[in-house]
Amino acid sequence: MTEPPYPAFNTLAIHAGAQPDPATGARATPIYQTSSYVFDDVEHAASLFALEAFGNVYTRITNPTQAVLEERVAALEDGTAALATASGHAAQSIVFHTLLEPGDHFLAGRQLYGGSVNQFNHAFKKFDWHVIWADATKPESFEAALNDKVKAIFIESLANPGGVVVDIEAIAKIAKKAGVPLIVDNTLATPYLCRPKEHGANIIVHSLTKFLGGQGNSLGGIIVDCGTFDWLASGKYPTLSEPCPSYNGIRMAETFGDFSFSIACRMLGLRDLGPCISPFNAFLILNGIETLPLRMQRHCDNALSVAEWLDSHDKVDWVSYAGLKGNAYNKLAGKYLPRGAGSVFTFGLKGGYDSGVALVSNVNLFSHLANIGDTRSLIIHPASTTHSQLTSDERKAAGAGDDVVRLSIGIEDKDDIIADLEQALEQA
Amino acid sequence: MKHDQYSDRYIRRLLTTHKTFAFVGASPKKIRPSYFAMKYLQDKGFRVIPVNPGHSGKEILGETVYASLADIAEAVDVVDIFRNSEAALEIAKEAIEIGAKVVWMQLGVRNDDAARLAEEAGLEVVMNRCPKIEYGRLSGEIGWAGVNSRTISSRRPMLASKGIQHRVIRGD
Ligand SMILES: Cc1ncc(COP(=O)(O)O)c(C=O)c1O
Repeated sequence: MTEPPYPAFNTLAIHAGAQPDPATGARATPIYQTSSYVFDDVEHAASLFALEAFGNVYTRITNPTQAVLEERVAALEDGTAALATASGHAAQSIVFHTLLEPGDHFLAGRQLYGGSVNQFNHAFKKFDWHVIWADATKPESFEAALNDKVKAIFIESLANPGGVVVDIEAIAKIAKKAGVPLIVDNTLATPYLCRPKEHGANIIVHSLTKFLGGQGNSLGGIIVDCGTFDWLASGKYPTLSEPCPSYNGIRMAETFGDFSFSIACRMLGLRDLGPCISPFNAFLILNGIETLPLRMQRHCDNALSVAEWLDSHDKVDWVSYAGLKGNAYNKLAGKYLPRGAGSVFTFGLKGGYDSGVALVSNVNLFSHLANIGDTRSLIIHPASTTHSQLTSDERKAAGAGDDVVRLSIGIEDKDDIIADLEQALEQA
Repeated sequence: MKHDQYSDRYIRRLLTTHKTFAFVGASPKKIRPSYFAMKYLQDKGFRVIPVNPGHSGKEILGETVYASLADIAEAVDVVDIFRNSEAALEIAKEAIEIGAKVVWMQLGVRNDDAARLAEEAGLEVVMNRCPKIEYGRLSGEIGWAGVNSRTISSRRPMLASKGIQHRVIRGD
């Protein structure tokens, strides 16, 4: 008997992690809306607490609906395991809590989602973790920023919102030489467009809130363990390589091998910090993922059409979409995002601040809000909203100058998307 | 046979046809991987006999520890090696002598000479795998911890006859 080949991406998006429910035969993954699970007996309970047996104890640590989501995303990213969390930011907090000790440093590409910049600059400082900023468009800037205390490097594969495609392989080489893991936030690309593990990432994080869930209804985050970093050999990460006082002295990396990072994140980080995902959110995101390949392709095709149309519009000064020929990142997009350059990008209005305000005030199909990665097309004028507390100069430095508009192109009919922009631009 | 990858079907057959393991290098320490694996396999209904000359005569998880494979009176199906890769060749020779059916080397243990020798003597071989992880993977239990089982199935998982949070592997 020949064994069928390992399933491809579309099949995994629907099936990975999900078998019919053993108790009821339900084919869709049930929402296990429960806080806790009965033990079979005292011995079973003891084995679960000692991590000797697989099984559920309490939903802050594991939940069967969440588990299907985790295995699904791990399979799509070709990782060894994953851990879902309450939000993308929760995922990042747990990753760094597992890797860093007080006083440690990490490098991050400056071209990041603004919320991550805040998290790294301010919230992490209270844990005595220190970010050193490098330039994600210049891989050599990471090498120059290294020091003995650096324990990790963090980048976005496709940076939000600027349309910057990062040369993951070049930065992965620097991380490897320095003996530290490379963490890639793959939120904007999703594994449909880019699989960072293939380019040398060791840990992948996502905000599931965006394209993976894809319909703007649920917060969620996830950590994918690529299983490619040798924590025992490194010895720089005591949470993984030293005996664990709260689990009888086991060493995570020895007991759980190539999925030990995910187990350490769950059994220590999530257990102790607490930001678990709701089973209902896990269910909704899981349903979203089933159509990820179809949605993502349409997002990209629509975005390219809209970007080309804007590029030739009189009132538009510039368009920053890596899918456009002649864009500075078009070559890297060809390598890292061959199926499309995503659907989030910015453009500049010749009319500046007032034009931006007029545009977002006159759209009728686009929704004016602060999110990305929805079936619906979304628009925001950062200078008058997310970045309104900054001075004009500060806004410019953050890539949110007065003229900048950010779009997240949805999966509506592209002619309707363009028609809405056309009528709103007439009034801008 | 090639040993870089094993089909699920091969591993499933080995884990559903054999019932008695000998763990060479079994540790009495509760936090060692061999102890975790032994406890788990016992829980799934396997007999696991520990072999470790440093602890012979003592008990691990209710089983007497033997000094060597040759000291075990009953038939052993699978010899699972929790030692370094170099030690695997001698252990494979002993496995052949006691009439074992399978030589299994733990995660991180690989010795191609030992594998060839065992295969020439008609034994089957698995290298660089843990039977606990493989059992958890093929039964679906490992997915409860978010681990990628690298399998898909539209069939209902099989529950063990005892308890709720226990699954078993389906034979082909
Ligand atoms: C690239 C990127 N990473 C992380 C996050 C944070 O995710 P969440 O809002 O789910 O915490 C976002 C949210 O906008 C994002 O765009």
